[in-house]
Amino acid sequence: MSGRRPWTPRRRFILGLRIGVLVLWLGSWELAARTKLLDPFFFGQPSTVWSQIVTWVTQGTSQGSLGEQIFVTMEEAVIGFLIGVLAGVVAGIALGRSRLLADVLAPYIKVMNSIPRIVLGSLFLVAFGLGLTSKVLLVIVLVFFGVFFNAFQGTREVDRNLMANARLLGASRWQLTTQVVLPSAFTWILASLHVSFGFAIIGAIVGEFLGAEKGLGMLIKTAQGNFNQSGVLACMVLMAAVALLAEFLITRLEKRLLRWRPAQAGEADLASL
Amino acid sequence: MTAIELRGVTKRFPTADGGTYTALKDLDLTVAEGEFCAVVGPTGCGKSTTLTLVSGLEQPSAGQVLVDDLPVTGIDPCTGFVFQQDAVFPWKSVLDNVSAGPVFRGIGKTDARVQARDWLRRVGLTGFEDRYPHQLSGGMRKRVALAQTLINHPKVLLMDEPFSALDVQTRSIMSTELLSLWDQTRPAVVFVTHDLEEAIALADKVVVLTAGPGTVKAEFAIDLPRPRVVQEIRFDHRFVALYERIWEALRSEVEQAYARSTAVTVAA
Repeated sequence: MSGRRPWTPRRRFILGLRIGVLVLWLGSWELAARTKLLDPFFFGQPSTVWSQIVTWVTQGTSQGSLGEQIFVTMEEAVIGFLIGVLAGVVAGIALGRSRLLADVLAPYIKVMNSIPRIVLGSLFLVAFGLGLTSKVLLVIVLVFFGVFFNAFQGTREVDRNLMANARLLGASRWQLTTQVVLPSAFTWILASLHVSFGFAIIGAIVGEFLGAEKGLGMLIKTAQGNFNQSGVLACMVLMAAVALLAEFLITRLEKRLLRWRPAQAGEADLASL
Repeated sequence: MTAIELRGVTKRFPTADGGTYTALKDLDLTVAEGEFCAVVGPTGCGKSTTLTLVSGLEQPSAGQVLVDDLPVTGIDPCTGFVFQQDAVFPWKSVLDNVSAGPVFRGIGKTDARVQARDWLRRVGLTGFEDRYPHQLSGGMRKRVALAQTLINHPKVLLMDEPFSALDVQTRSIMSTELLSLWDQTRPAVVFVTHDLEEAIALADKVVVLTAGPGTVKAEFAIDLPRPRVVQEIRFDHRFVALYERIWEALRSEVEQAYARSTAVTVAA
């Protein structure tokens, strides 16, 4: 968890085992491909995935430089993510705070949540074209609901004593919302951001898949069209790297915003990996 | 002058199975300005309900609740409330917790902080301004809660078993400190507790409630001299005499409440 854990023998041992797993996995895959146990035409091969990435980095892709592709996809994902999160938080807290709004809108939200929203991508593509807008909209739609439900639940679960105390201390309705409800719901909202960013990337990639001129999704589609499995896998590797970076940043944000919380026992060994 | 007056107050709550539960019935209670009134009674006799009615968090089903001779219609900024459980804001630092009241009331943040530092000094928490509540002990959190409430200069201070979560030693130390803080601003206090010793040690007047639905069974004036040291007052022979008299009134109610709770358990 904290960046400066001492290098205990146990930690070294665990790290060694982790590297061992990676070597074993990639090594056996490579070996199977070379001995034709696995056909690299269908299942790729670690060394060609790597050389594909190197080629893209040094010579660019068929759609322009690799950096540009990553930038386009991330731009769509991040813009959509930010708008979706903001909308989700505002809507979640508004409905959480207003019984009337919640009662009126509940059935619509349930319906919208139950439809497969990814299909909206086709709609947006036709309506808004191959550019940024259609992808951003798809990302917003995917991100919104997760954040919304968490913000809503978080608002509903605010400690009643804290609310009563704030009211007795003189807080107005707006002050209650910003200084008690929002910080209290933050725990819930931040938890949803991890999953939501994953959805944002999926939204951007699928959006590009459905139709685009640039981006990693487009690159995957081109690779698929050329039966270039290593190309598809190379894109996956790149996306994983980007997603890990984003996950790291969200965890940093979470720690900063929730530093008032006591360190929780068992808080996630998985998160500290 | 009466600061708080409850006239024939009844409070009913709807229960989950569609019935009603009567917490208080025909309760009459007056607390004079600057008077420290302790309310004791067995578990579930509606002690806390009395406080939520005076604070304006709840409305009575019948009868009248007056603060400063005016009916209570909602939350009154002149009323302070110290809760049984922790109700300080865990995401605010100690300083921001204490200055929350003035800030909510529209005093500038800088001025509010000056006041908050002064109150932190009075409750002995200078040097802890930047801590978060989870970094403090239970007793320290209570001090934060006291400072957070008293900074607003309440004319009426309501306390709902505020020290019940503390260990015995911390509890009597906090009680003595509460008395000296109370002496500085002299609000009218309603202090709810199930601990008779605590009630006598603190109060000018002890009110005994009946087992639910709660109503006043008896009132006792506590004429022990002030200032009092709570840790030592229980050795005073007058304290012992008062304790015996009041316990006589309280005992049958406690027994009745206990019999009822065990009967329910058996029936369930």
